[in-house]
Amino acid sequence: MPVPRVADTFKGAVSRVTIGATAEQGGTRTTTVTVGGALNVVYAGEPGKLGEKPVIAVDVLDIAPEDWAEALAGQYKDVFGDPAAWAKKAVDEYGADLICLKFDGIHPDRGDLGADHAVRVIKDVLAAVGVPLILWGSGNDAKDNQIMPKVSEAAKGQNCLIGTVTEDNYKSLTAIALADSHKLITEAPLDINIGKQVNILVSDMGYPLENIVTFQSTGALGYGIEYSYSIQERQRLATLGGDKMMAMPSIVDVGSEAWRTKEAKSDAPEWGPAEARGPMWEAATAIVLLQSGTDIIRLRHPKAVATVKNFIKEMW
Amino acid sequence: MISIGERINGMFLDVKKAIAEKDKAVIQDLAKRQTECGASYLDVNVGTAAADQEGTMAWLVETIQETCKTPLCLDSQKPNVIAAGLKAADTSMGILLNSSPLNKKSDAEVLDKYLEMAQSVGPEGKIIALTMDKNGVPQDVDTRVAIAAQIVEKVMEAGLEMHRLFVDPIVLPVKVPDAQQQPNNIIAAIGQIVFLSDPPPHIVVGLSNLSQGSCERSLINRIFLCMAASHGLDAAIIDVLDEPLVDALATAEMLLNKQLYSDSYLKAYRNA
Repeated sequence: MPVPRVADTFKGAVSRVTIGATAEQGGTRTTTVTVGGALNVVYAGEPGKLGEKPVIAVDVLDIAPEDWAEALAGQYKDVFGDPAAWAKKAVDEYGADLICLKFDGIHPDRGDLGADHAVRVIKDVLAAVGVPLILWGSGNDAKDNQIMPKVSEAAKGQNCLIGTVTEDNYKSLTAIALADSHKLITEAPLDINIGKQVNILVSDMGYPLENIVTFQSTGALGYGIEYSYSIQERQRLATLGGDKMMAMPSIVDVGSEAWRTKEAKSDAPEWGPAEARGPMWEAATAIVLLQSGTDIIRLRHPKAVATVKNFIKEMW
Repeated sequence: MISIGERINGMFLDVKKAIAEKDKAVIQDLAKRQTECGASYLDVNVGTAAADQEGTMAWLVETIQETCKTPLCLDSQKPNVIAAGLKAADTSMGILLNSSPLNKKSDAEVLDKYLEMAQSVGPEGKIIALTMDKNGVPQDVDTRVAIAAQIVEKVMEAGLEMHRLFVDPIVLPVKVPDAQQQPNNIIAAIGQIVFLSDPPPHIVVGLSNLSQGSCERSLINRIFLCMAASHGLDAAIIDVLDEPLVDALATAEMLLNKQLYSDSYLKAYRNA
Protein backbone atom coordinates (compact mmCIF):
# COMPACT_ATOMS: atom_id res chain seq x y z
CA MET A 1 0.00 0.00 0.00
CA PRO A 2 1.47 3.35 -0.98
CA VAL A 3 2.24 5.80 1.81
CA PRO A 4 -0.11 8.77 1.42
CA ARG A 5 1.48 12.16 0.93
CA VAL A 6 0.66 14.09 4.07
CA ALA A 7 2.91 17.13 3.73
CA ASP A 8 0.84 20.29 3.84
CA THR A 9 1.50 23.13 1.48
CA PHE A 10 0.64 26.71 2.36
CA LYS A 11 -0.02 29.81 0.34
CA GLY A 12 2.05 32.18 2.47
CA ALA A 13 5.78 32.48 3.11
CA VAL A 14 7.96 34.35 5.58
CA SER A 15 9.48 37.31 3.78
CA ARG A 16 13.24 37.40 3.29
CA VAL A 17 15.08 40.25 4.97
CA THR A 18 18.72 41.07 4.26
CA ILE A 19 20.72 43.00 6.86
CA GLY A 20 24.02 44.71 6.15
CA ALA A 21 25.46 46.35 3.05
CA THR A 22 28.83 45.61 1.47
CA ALA A 23 30.98 48.15 -0.36
CA GLU A 24 29.18 47.43 -3.65
CA GLN A 25 25.89 48.07 -1.89
CA GLY A 26 27.00 51.38 -0.42
CA GLY A 27 28.09 50.16 3.01
CA THR A 28 31.26 48.89 4.62
CA ARG A 29 30.13 45.43 5.84
CA THR A 30 32.20 42.47 4.73
CA THR A 31 29.23 40.09 5.08
CA THR A 32 25.47 40.38 4.93
CA VAL A 33 22.86 38.19 6.59
CA THR A 34 19.56 37.08 5.04
CA VAL A 35 16.81 35.58 7.19
CA GLY A 36 13.27 34.34 6.57
CA GLY A 37 11.88 32.58 3.54
CA ALA A 38 10.25 29.65 5.34
CA LEU A 39 7.30 28.09 3.50
CA ASN A 40 6.31 25.76 6.32
CA VAL A 41 6.36 25.22 10.06
CA VAL A 42 9.70 24.12 11.48
CA TYR A 43 10.47 20.41 10.92
CA ALA A 44 7.38 19.81 8.79
CA GLY A 45 7.12 19.13 5.11
CA GLU A 46 9.90 19.26 2.60
CA PRO A 47 13.39 20.27 3.76
CA GLY A 48 13.61 22.70 0.87
CA LYS A 49 10.87 24.78 2.43
CA LEU A 50 12.67 25.59 5.68
CA GLY A 51 13.95 28.90 4.35
CA GLU A 52 17.18 30.57 5.45
CA LYS A 53 19.12 29.28 8.43
CA PRO A 54 18.47 31.09 11.70
CA VAL A 55 21.34 33.34 12.78
CA ILE A 56 22.90 34.44 16.06
CA ALA A 57 23.36 38.02 17.16
CA VAL A 58 25.65 38.52 20.14
CA ASP A 59 24.79 41.37 22.50
CA VAL A 60 27.29 44.20 22.87
CA LEU A 61 26.45 46.97 25.34
CA ASP A 62 27.52 50.56 24.89
CA ILE A 63 28.50 50.79 28.58
CA ALA A 64 29.94 48.30 31.06
CA PRO A 65 27.01 46.41 32.60
CA GLU A 66 26.87 46.48 36.38
CA ASP A 67 24.45 43.68 37.07
CA TRP A 68 25.76 40.77 34.99
CA ALA A 69 26.34 37.48 36.79
CA GLU A 70 29.99 36.60 37.25
CA ALA A 71 29.69 33.52 35.05
CA LEU A 72 28.73 35.79 32.15
CA ALA A 73 30.67 38.95 32.98
CA GLY A 74 33.88 36.91 33.23
CA GLN A 75 33.71 36.24 29.47
CA TYR A 76 33.78 39.93 28.57
CA LYS A 77 35.43 41.78 31.46
CA ASP A 78 38.48 42.66 29.42
CA VAL A 79 36.32 44.49 26.87
CA PHE A 80 33.67 46.09 29.11
CA GLY A 81 33.41 49.78 28.32
CA ASP A 82 35.01 49.27 24.89
CA PRO A 83 32.14 48.25 22.57
CA ALA A 84 34.43 48.04 19.53
CA ALA A 85 36.75 45.53 21.20
CA TRP A 86 33.72 43.71 22.61
CA ALA A 87 32.15 43.38 19.17
CA LYS A 88 35.44 42.22 17.66
CA LYS A 89 35.76 39.55 20.35
CA ALA A 90 32.18 38.37 19.78
CA VAL A 91 32.81 38.02 16.05
CA ASP A 92 36.41 36.79 15.94
CA GLU A 93 36.39 34.48 18.95
CA TYR A 94 32.76 33.50 19.42
CA GLY A 95 31.50 33.47 15.83
CA ALA A 96 28.63 35.98 15.98
CA ASP A 97 26.71 36.29 12.69
CA LEU A 98 25.63 39.79 13.70
CA ILE A 99 26.26 42.19 16.55
CA CYS A 100 23.30 43.49 18.51
CA LEU A 101 24.47 46.85 19.78
CA LYS A 102 22.33 47.72 22.78
CA PHE A 103 22.28 51.35 23.85
CA ASP A 104 21.71 50.87 27.57
CA GLY A 105 23.85 53.86 28.50
CA ILE A 106 21.45 56.42 27.05
CA HIS A 107 18.66 55.35 29.45
CA PRO A 108 17.98 58.06 32.08
CA ASP A 109 18.44 55.49 34.87
CA ARG A 110 21.62 53.95 33.48
CA GLY A 111 23.92 56.83 32.64
CA ASP A 112 21.67 59.17 30.67
CA LEU A 113 24.43 59.55 28.08
CA GLY A 114 23.90 61.76 25.05
CA ALA A 115 24.09 61.56 21.28
CA ASP A 116 27.84 62.19 21.18
CA HIS A 117 28.42 59.00 23.11
CA ALA A 118 26.00 56.93 21.03
CA VAL A 119 27.37 58.17 17.70
CA ARG A 120 30.94 57.51 18.80
CA VAL A 121 29.98 53.95 19.81
CA ILE A 122 28.28 53.14 16.52
CA LYS A 123 31.17 54.55 14.51
CA ASP A 124 33.73 52.59 16.54
CA VAL A 125 31.82 49.34 16.21
CA LEU A 126 31.28 49.81 12.48
CA ALA A 127 35.03 50.28 12.10
CA ALA A 128 35.90 47.30 14.28
CA VAL A 129 33.78 44.54 12.73
CA GLY A 130 32.51 43.59 9.28
CA VAL A 131 29.30 41.80 10.26
CA PRO A 132 25.87 43.52 9.99
CA LEU A 133 24.57 45.40 13.02
CA ILE A 134 21.37 45.47 15.00
CA LEU A 135 20.86 48.81 16.75
CA TRP A 136 18.63 48.45 19.79
CA GLY A 137 17.41 51.40 21.88
CA SER A 138 17.32 51.67 25.65
CA GLY A 139 13.59 51.12 26.10
CA ASN A 140 12.97 54.68 27.27
CA ASP A 141 10.73 56.18 24.59
CA ALA A 142 11.65 59.83 25.08
CA LYS A 143 15.37 59.17 25.13
CA ASP A 144 15.28 56.70 22.25
CA ASN A 145 13.33 59.16 20.11
CA GLN A 146 15.99 61.76 20.83
CA ILE A 147 19.15 59.65 20.37
CA MET A 148 18.36 56.75 18.02
CA PRO A 149 17.80 59.03 14.98
CA LYS A 150 21.39 60.24 15.42
CA VAL A 151 22.59 56.63 15.67
CA SER A 152 20.61 55.78 12.55
CA GLU A 153 22.09 58.67 10.63
CA ALA A 154 25.63 57.72 11.65
CA ALA A 155 25.01 54.23 10.25
CA LYS A 156 23.31 55.40 7.05
CA GLY A 157 24.06 53.14 4.11
CA GLN A 158 24.93 50.16 6.34
CA ASN A 159 21.44 48.58 6.08
CA CYS A 160 21.21 47.92 9.81
CA LEU A 161 18.27 46.43 11.67
CA ILE A 162 17.04 49.15 14.02
CA GLY A 163 14.50 49.06 16.81
CA THR A 164 12.32 48.80 18.48
CA VAL A 165 9.03 50.49 17.62
CA THR A 166 5.85 49.82 19.58
CA GLU A 167 2.16 50.53 19.16
CA ASP A 168 2.53 53.69 21.27
CA ASN A 169 5.89 54.87 19.99
CA TYR A 170 6.62 54.17 16.35
CA LYS A 171 6.54 57.39 14.38
CA SER A 172 10.00 58.88 14.80
CA LEU A 173 12.01 55.68 14.50
CA THR A 174 9.93 54.42 11.56
CA ALA A 175 10.45 57.72 9.74
CA ILE A 176 14.19 57.66 10.39
CA ALA A 177 14.54 53.99 9.35
CA LEU A 178 12.75 54.86 6.14
CA ALA A 179 14.97 57.89 5.53
CA ASP A 180 18.23 56.07 6.29
CA SER A 181 17.19 52.78 4.60
CA HIS A 182 17.48 50.58 7.65
CA LYS A 183 15.40 47.49 8.41
CA LEU A 184 13.01 47.88 11.36
CA ILE A 185 12.04 45.84 14.44
CA THR A 186 8.38 46.05 15.51
CA GLU A 187 7.80 45.09 19.14
CA ALA A 188 4.71 43.78 20.92
CA PRO A 189 4.29 42.74 24.56
CA LEU A 190 3.54 39.02 24.07
CA ASP A 191 0.29 40.00 22.34
CA ILE A 192 -0.24 38.73 18.81
CA ASN A 193 -3.03 41.24 18.09
CA ILE A 194 -0.84 44.20 19.05
CA GLY A 195 1.96 42.59 17.05
CA LYS A 196 -0.23 42.78 13.97
CA GLN A 197 -1.43 46.28 14.80
CA VAL A 198 2.06 47.76 15.04
CA ASN A 199 2.92 46.26 11.65
CA ILE A 200 -0.17 47.89 10.17
CA LEU A 201 0.71 51.22 11.78
CA VAL A 202 4.25 51.33 10.41
CA SER A 203 3.12 50.17 6.98
CA ASP A 204 0.56 53.01 7.02
CA MET A 205 3.52 55.37 7.26
CA GLY A 206 4.79 53.92 4.00
CA TYR A 207 7.33 51.60 5.60
CA PRO A 208 7.59 48.40 3.47
CA LEU A 209 6.29 45.26 5.20
CA GLU A 210 9.09 43.22 3.64
CA ASN A 211 11.71 45.23 5.59
CA ILE A 212 10.26 44.43 9.02
CA VAL A 213 11.47 41.92 11.60
CA THR A 214 9.05 41.29 14.47
CA PHE A 215 9.92 41.08 18.15
CA GLN A 216 7.06 39.53 20.10
CA SER A 217 8.98 39.80 23.43
CA THR A 218 10.72 36.81 24.91
CA GLY A 219 10.17 34.69 28.01
CA ALA A 220 13.01 32.45 29.17
CA LEU A 221 12.71 28.77 30.04
CA GLY A 222 10.57 28.59 33.18
CA TYR A 223 9.64 32.27 32.88
CA GLY A 224 6.95 32.43 30.23
CA ILE A 225 8.62 30.57 27.37
CA GLU A 226 5.25 28.95 26.61
CA TYR A 227 3.81 32.36 25.78
CA SER A 228 6.72 33.21 23.52
CA TYR A 229 6.52 29.82 21.88
CA SER A 230 2.81 29.92 21.15
CA ILE A 231 2.96 33.48 19.84
CA GLN A 232 5.87 32.70 17.54
CA GLU A 233 4.00 29.65 16.35
CA ARG A 234 0.80 31.65 15.86
CA GLN A 235 2.73 34.19 13.83
CA ARG A 236 4.16 31.47 11.60
CA LEU A 237 0.74 29.88 11.08
CA ALA A 238 -0.79 33.27 10.22
CA THR A 239 2.07 33.82 7.76
CA LEU A 240 1.50 30.45 6.11
CA GLY A 241 -2.23 31.17 5.94
CA GLY A 242 -1.47 34.22 3.84
CA ASP A 243 -1.62 37.04 6.41
CA LYS A 244 0.77 39.55 4.85
CA MET A 245 0.71 41.71 7.97
CA MET A 246 2.34 38.87 9.92
CA ALA A 247 4.67 37.41 7.29
CA MET A 248 7.94 38.70 8.71
CA PRO A 249 10.98 36.98 10.16
CA SER A 250 11.26 37.36 13.93
CA ILE A 251 13.93 38.05 16.51
CA VAL A 252 14.06 36.73 20.08
CA ASP A 253 16.02 38.19 23.00
CA VAL A 254 17.27 35.06 24.72
CA GLY A 255 20.48 36.40 26.26
CA SER A 256 19.13 39.04 28.61
CA GLU A 257 16.01 37.03 29.51
CA ALA A 258 17.90 33.81 30.30
CA TRP A 259 20.41 35.68 32.46
CA ARG A 260 17.62 37.29 34.49
CA THR A 261 16.54 33.91 35.84
CA LYS A 262 17.71 32.81 39.26
CA GLU A 263 18.70 29.46 37.80
CA ALA A 264 21.25 31.19 35.58
CA LYS A 265 22.62 33.83 37.88
CA SER A 266 22.34 32.52 41.46
CA ASP A 267 25.42 31.38 43.29
CA ALA A 268 23.80 28.12 44.45
CA PRO A 269 26.34 25.24 44.37
CA GLU A 270 23.60 22.66 45.03
CA TRP A 271 22.22 23.45 41.54
CA GLY A 272 25.48 22.55 39.87
CA PRO A 273 28.37 24.73 38.68
CA ALA A 274 27.33 28.32 37.92
CA GLU A 275 29.53 28.48 34.81
CA ALA A 276 27.45 25.70 33.22
CA ARG A 277 23.93 26.67 34.36
CA GLY A 278 23.68 30.05 32.64
CA PRO A 279 24.87 28.92 29.20
CA MET A 280 22.60 25.88 29.47
CA TRP A 281 19.63 28.10 30.31
CA GLU A 282 20.38 30.33 27.35
CA ALA A 283 20.90 27.43 24.94
CA ALA A 284 17.79 25.56 26.08
CA THR A 285 15.63 28.69 25.73
CA ALA A 286 17.05 29.38 22.28
CA ILE A 287 16.59 25.83 21.02
CA VAL A 288 12.98 25.68 22.19
CA LEU A 289 12.19 28.98 20.48
CA LEU A 290 13.95 27.89 17.28
CA GLN A 291 11.35 25.16 17.01
CA SER A 292 8.50 27.64 17.21
CA GLY A 293 9.84 29.39 14.10
CA THR A 294 12.20 32.28 14.75
CA ASP A 295 15.03 33.70 12.71
CA ILE A 296 17.43 35.86 14.73
CA ILE A 297 18.50 34.88 18.25
CA ARG A 298 20.15 37.35 20.59
CA LEU A 299 22.62 35.51 22.83
CA ARG A 300 25.34 36.42 25.35
CA HIS A 301 27.49 33.56 26.64
CA PRO A 302 30.00 32.07 24.16
CA LYS A 303 29.15 28.52 25.23
CA ALA A 304 25.49 29.16 24.45
CA VAL A 305 26.51 30.62 21.09
CA ALA A 306 28.56 27.51 20.29
CA THR A 307 25.78 25.11 21.36
CA VAL A 308 23.04 26.89 19.42
CA LYS A 309 25.24 27.31 16.35
CA ASN A 310 25.92 23.60 16.40
CA PHE A 311 22.21 22.82 16.79
CA ILE A 312 21.36 25.00 13.79
CA LYS A 313 24.12 23.38 11.75
CA GLU A 314 22.84 19.90 12.55
CA MET A 315 19.16 20.60 12.05
CA TRP A 316 18.93 22.93 9.06
CA MET B 1 -12.49 34.19 1.64
CA ILE B 2 -11.59 34.13 -2.03
CA SER B 3 -13.52 37.06 -3.45
CA ILE B 4 -14.38 37.15 -7.12
CA GLY B 5 -15.35 40.62 -8.35
CA GLU B 6 -18.71 40.44 -10.16
CA ARG B 7 -18.86 43.80 -11.89
CA ILE B 8 -17.53 43.00 -15.37
CA ASN B 9 -20.76 41.42 -16.52
CA GLY B 10 -22.84 42.39 -19.53
CA MET B 11 -25.95 42.29 -17.34
CA PHE B 12 -24.84 45.60 -15.80
CA LEU B 13 -25.91 48.50 -17.98
CA ASP B 14 -22.56 50.33 -17.89
CA VAL B 15 -20.74 47.18 -19.04
CA LYS B 16 -23.39 46.40 -21.66
CA LYS B 17 -22.98 49.89 -23.09
CA ALA B 18 -19.18 49.66 -22.97
CA ILE B 19 -19.31 46.35 -24.87
CA ALA B 20 -21.64 47.82 -27.50
CA GLU B 21 -19.41 50.88 -27.95
CA LYS B 22 -16.09 49.01 -27.48
CA ASP B 23 -15.27 51.51 -24.72
CA LYS B 24 -12.19 50.07 -23.01
CA ALA B 25 -11.95 52.75 -20.33
CA VAL B 26 -15.12 51.63 -18.51
CA ILE B 27 -13.96 48.01 -18.37
CA GLN B 28 -10.42 48.87 -17.36
CA ASP B 29 -11.63 51.20 -14.62
CA LEU B 30 -13.80 48.43 -13.18
CA ALA B 31 -10.91 45.97 -13.35
CA LYS B 32 -8.62 48.38 -11.56
CA ARG B 33 -11.08 49.39 -8.85
CA GLN B 34 -12.09 45.81 -8.08
CA THR B 35 -8.43 44.82 -7.84
CA GLU B 36 -7.76 47.70 -5.45
CA CYS B 37 -10.67 46.52 -3.32
CA GLY B 38 -9.00 43.14 -2.91
CA ALA B 39 -10.64 40.93 -5.56
CA SER B 40 -8.72 37.64 -5.92
CA TYR B 41 -10.33 37.05 -9.33
CA LEU B 42 -12.26 39.23 -11.74
CA ASP B 43 -15.39 37.63 -13.16
CA VAL B 44 -15.82 38.22 -16.90
CA ASN B 45 -19.31 37.66 -18.33
CA VAL B 46 -20.36 38.97 -21.74
CA GLY B 47 -24.05 39.01 -20.82
CA THR B 48 -26.75 38.39 -23.36
CA ALA B 49 -26.70 41.52 -25.48
CA ALA B 50 -23.64 40.87 -27.62
CA ALA B 51 -24.31 38.89 -30.78
CA ASP B 52 -20.73 37.64 -31.04
CA GLN B 53 -20.20 36.14 -27.60
CA GLU B 54 -16.83 34.57 -28.35
CA GLY B 55 -15.41 37.73 -29.84
CA THR B 56 -16.78 39.82 -26.99
CA MET B 57 -15.25 37.50 -24.38
CA ALA B 58 -11.86 37.74 -26.09
CA TRP B 59 -12.16 41.53 -26.29
CA LEU B 60 -13.05 41.80 -22.59
CA VAL B 61 -10.14 39.57 -21.58
CA GLU B 62 -7.65 41.51 -23.67
CA THR B 63 -9.03 44.83 -22.47
CA ILE B 64 -8.74 43.86 -18.80
CA GLN B 65 -5.29 42.35 -19.13
CA GLU B 66 -3.94 45.48 -20.78
CA THR B 67 -4.17 47.16 -17.37
CA CYS B 68 -4.13 44.54 -14.66
CA LYS B 69 -2.78 41.11 -13.88
CA THR B 70 -5.51 39.97 -11.51
CA PRO B 71 -6.48 36.38 -12.35
CA LEU B 72 -9.69 36.11 -14.35
CA CYS B 73 -12.83 34.09 -13.78
CA LEU B 74 -14.26 33.41 -17.25
CA ASP B 75 -18.01 33.22 -16.83
CA SER B 76 -20.19 31.49 -19.39
CA GLN B 77 -22.40 28.43 -19.66
CA LYS B 78 -21.08 27.88 -23.17
CA PRO B 79 -17.78 25.99 -23.53
CA ASN B 80 -16.97 27.74 -26.81
CA VAL B 81 -17.21 31.17 -25.15
CA ILE B 82 -14.92 30.03 -22.32
CA ALA B 83 -12.51 28.62 -24.92
CA ALA B 84 -12.43 31.96 -26.74
CA GLY B 85 -11.61 33.72 -23.44
CA LEU B 86 -8.93 31.17 -22.59
CA LYS B 87 -7.28 31.62 -25.97
CA ALA B 88 -7.03 35.37 -25.45
CA ALA B 89 -5.96 35.23 -21.81
CA ASP B 90 -2.62 35.36 -20.05
CA THR B 91 -3.16 32.45 -17.66
CA SER B 92 0.21 32.58 -15.93
CA MET B 93 -1.44 34.01 -12.79
CA GLY B 94 -4.04 31.22 -12.82
CA ILE B 95 -7.59 31.24 -14.13
CA LEU B 96 -11.02 30.08 -13.00
CA LEU B 97 -13.61 28.68 -15.42
CA ASN B 98 -17.18 29.50 -14.37
CA SER B 99 -19.14 27.23 -14.69
CA SER B 100 -20.46 23.81 -15.65
CA PRO B 101 -23.29 21.67 -14.25
CA LEU B 102 -22.68 17.95 -13.68
CA ASN B 103 -24.40 17.31 -17.01
CA LYS B 104 -27.05 18.72 -19.30
CA LYS B 105 -29.86 17.20 -21.32
CA SER B 106 -28.31 18.73 -24.41
CA ASP B 107 -24.72 17.88 -23.46
CA ALA B 108 -23.91 14.94 -21.20
CA GLU B 109 -20.17 15.66 -21.44
CA VAL B 110 -20.24 19.34 -20.57
CA LEU B 111 -18.26 19.00 -17.31
CA ASP B 112 -15.57 17.01 -19.12
CA LYS B 113 -15.14 19.87 -21.55
CA TYR B 114 -14.62 22.37 -18.71
CA LEU B 115 -12.24 19.99 -16.93
CA GLU B 116 -10.20 19.55 -20.09
CA MET B 117 -9.94 23.28 -20.57
CA ALA B 118 -8.88 23.76 -16.93
CA GLN B 119 -6.23 21.09 -17.33
CA SER B 120 -4.94 22.63 -20.53
CA VAL B 121 -3.89 25.69 -18.51
CA GLY B 122 -1.71 23.73 -16.08
CA PRO B 123 -1.80 23.45 -12.28
CA GLU B 124 -3.39 26.88 -11.80
CA GLY B 125 -6.40 26.13 -14.03
CA LYS B 126 -9.48 25.81 -11.81
CA ILE B 127 -13.19 25.34 -12.35
CA ILE B 128 -16.52 26.16 -10.77
CA ALA B 129 -19.06 23.32 -11.00
CA LEU B 130 -22.75 23.84 -10.21
CA THR B 131 -24.80 21.40 -8.15
CA MET B 132 -27.14 21.05 -11.07
CA ASP B 133 -27.75 18.29 -13.60
CA LYS B 134 -29.92 17.36 -16.55
CA ASN B 135 -33.00 17.59 -14.32
CA GLY B 136 -32.30 21.21 -13.50
CA VAL B 137 -31.54 23.03 -10.23
CA PRO B 138 -32.40 20.93 -7.19
CA GLN B 139 -34.42 22.59 -4.46
CA ASP B 140 -33.56 20.27 -1.59
CA VAL B 141 -30.39 19.63 0.39
CA ASP B 142 -29.87 15.96 -0.43
CA THR B 143 -29.93 16.28 -4.20
CA ARG B 144 -27.51 19.22 -4.05
CA VAL B 145 -25.08 17.15 -1.96
CA ALA B 146 -25.54 14.04 -4.15
CA ILE B 147 -24.69 16.02 -7.28
CA ALA B 148 -21.73 17.63 -5.50
CA ALA B 149 -20.48 14.14 -4.62
CA GLN B 150 -20.64 13.08 -8.26
CA ILE B 151 -18.78 16.23 -9.27
CA VAL B 152 -16.06 15.59 -6.68
CA GLU B 153 -15.69 12.01 -7.93
CA LYS B 154 -15.44 13.11 -11.53
CA VAL B 155 -12.86 15.78 -10.73
CA MET B 156 -10.77 13.27 -8.76
CA GLU B 157 -10.94 10.80 -11.64
CA ALA B 158 -9.75 13.54 -13.98
CA GLY B 159 -6.72 13.93 -11.71
CA LEU B 160 -7.36 17.47 -10.48
CA GLU B 161 -6.47 18.31 -6.89
CA MET B 162 -9.42 19.42 -4.80
CA HIS B 163 -8.19 23.00 -4.44
CA ARG B 164 -8.82 23.36 -8.17
CA LEU B 165 -12.54 22.70 -7.77
CA PHE B 166 -15.10 25.24 -6.59
CA VAL B 167 -18.56 23.74 -5.94
CA ASP B 168 -21.43 26.20 -6.35
CA PRO B 169 -24.63 25.10 -4.57
CA ILE B 170 -26.61 27.73 -6.54
CA VAL B 171 -28.16 30.64 -4.73
CA LEU B 172 -31.66 31.57 -5.91
CA PRO B 173 -33.47 34.88 -5.43
CA VAL B 174 -35.11 34.91 -2.02
CA LYS B 175 -37.98 37.01 -3.36
CA VAL B 176 -39.29 34.26 -5.65
CA PRO B 177 -42.45 32.61 -4.24
CA ASP B 178 -41.63 29.62 -2.00
CA ALA B 179 -37.90 30.31 -2.24
CA GLN B 180 -37.45 31.36 1.36
CA GLN B 181 -36.40 27.89 2.43
CA GLN B 182 -33.49 28.01 -0.06
CA PRO B 183 -30.93 29.98 2.00
CA ASN B 184 -31.35 27.40 4.78
CA ASN B 185 -31.00 24.55 2.31
CA ILE B 186 -27.86 26.04 0.79
CA ILE B 187 -26.24 26.49 4.19
CA ALA B 188 -27.14 22.91 5.12
CA ALA B 189 -25.70 21.67 1.81
CA ILE B 190 -22.46 23.64 2.34
CA GLY B 191 -22.14 22.01 5.78
CA GLN B 192 -22.24 18.59 4.10
CA ILE B 193 -20.21 19.31 0.96
CA VAL B 194 -17.17 20.19 3.07
CA PHE B 195 -17.09 16.56 4.23
CA LEU B 196 -17.10 15.05 0.73
CA SER B 197 -13.33 14.97 0.54
CA ASP B 198 -10.27 15.79 2.57
CA PRO B 199 -9.09 18.37 1.77
CA PRO B 200 -12.53 19.60 0.70
CA PRO B 201 -13.24 21.48 -2.52
CA HIS B 202 -13.76 25.22 -2.32
CA ILE B 203 -17.39 26.26 -2.03
CA VAL B 204 -18.52 29.34 -3.90
CA VAL B 205 -21.79 31.21 -4.40
CA GLY B 206 -22.91 33.90 -6.79
CA LEU B 207 -24.04 36.06 -3.91
CA SER B 208 -25.95 38.87 -5.59
CA ASN B 209 -28.45 36.47 -7.13
CA LEU B 210 -29.91 36.05 -3.64
CA SER B 211 -31.20 39.59 -3.49
CA GLN B 212 -32.26 39.85 -7.16
CA GLY B 213 -35.35 42.07 -7.30
CA SER B 214 -35.39 42.76 -3.56
CA CYS B 215 -35.16 45.99 -1.63
CA GLU B 216 -32.25 46.09 0.87
CA ARG B 217 -30.05 44.19 -1.56
CA SER B 218 -26.73 45.00 0.09
CA LEU B 219 -28.02 44.11 3.56
CA ILE B 220 -29.45 40.77 2.41
CA ASN B 221 -26.23 39.93 0.61
CA ARG B 222 -23.94 40.67 3.50
CA ILE B 223 -25.96 38.90 6.17
CA PHE B 224 -26.18 35.74 4.07
CA LEU B 225 -22.49 35.89 3.20
CA CYS B 226 -21.58 35.91 6.90
CA MET B 227 -24.02 33.11 7.69
CA ALA B 228 -22.66 30.93 4.90
CA ALA B 229 -19.03 31.76 5.78
CA SER B 230 -19.62 30.34 9.24
CA HIS B 231 -20.67 27.02 7.65
CA GLY B 232 -17.70 26.62 5.32
CA LEU B 233 -18.27 28.91 2.35
CA ASP B 234 -14.78 30.04 1.37
CA ALA B 235 -15.28 31.82 -1.94
CA ALA B 236 -17.93 34.15 -3.33
CA ILE B 237 -18.69 36.12 -6.45
CA ILE B 238 -19.48 39.48 -4.90
CA ASP B 239 -19.52 43.20 -5.42
CA VAL B 240 -16.13 43.97 -3.88
CA LEU B 241 -16.89 47.68 -4.31
CA ASP B 242 -19.69 47.34 -1.70
CA GLU B 243 -17.80 48.59 1.38
CA PRO B 244 -20.25 47.47 4.07
CA LEU B 245 -20.24 44.01 2.49
CA VAL B 246 -16.44 43.73 2.64
CA ASP B 247 -16.42 45.13 6.20
CA ALA B 248 -18.96 42.52 7.26
CA LEU B 249 -16.94 39.78 5.60
CA ALA B 250 -13.70 40.91 7.27
CA THR B 251 -15.50 40.92 10.62
CA ALA B 252 -16.99 37.47 10.06
CA GLU B 253 -13.57 36.07 9.16
CA MET B 254 -12.05 37.67 12.25
CA LEU B 255 -14.80 36.26 14.48
CA LEU B 256 -14.34 32.84 12.89
CA ASN B 257 -10.62 33.11 13.81
CA LYS B 258 -9.57 32.99 10.18
CA GLN B 259 -7.87 36.38 10.43
CA LEU B 260 -5.85 37.60 13.39
CA TYR B 261 -7.55 40.41 15.25
CA SER B 262 -5.84 43.79 15.34
CA ASP B 263 -7.43 47.20 15.97
CA SER B 264 -7.01 47.96 12.27
CA TYR B 265 -8.30 44.59 11.07
CA LEU B 266 -10.60 46.12 8.44
CA LYS B 267 -7.68 47.89 6.83
CA ALA B 268 -5.49 44.78 7.14
CA TYR B 269 -8.17 42.69 5.43
CA ARG B 270 -8.24 45.00 2.42
CA ASN B 271 -4.46 45.28 2.18
CA ALA B 272 -4.05 41.52 2.30
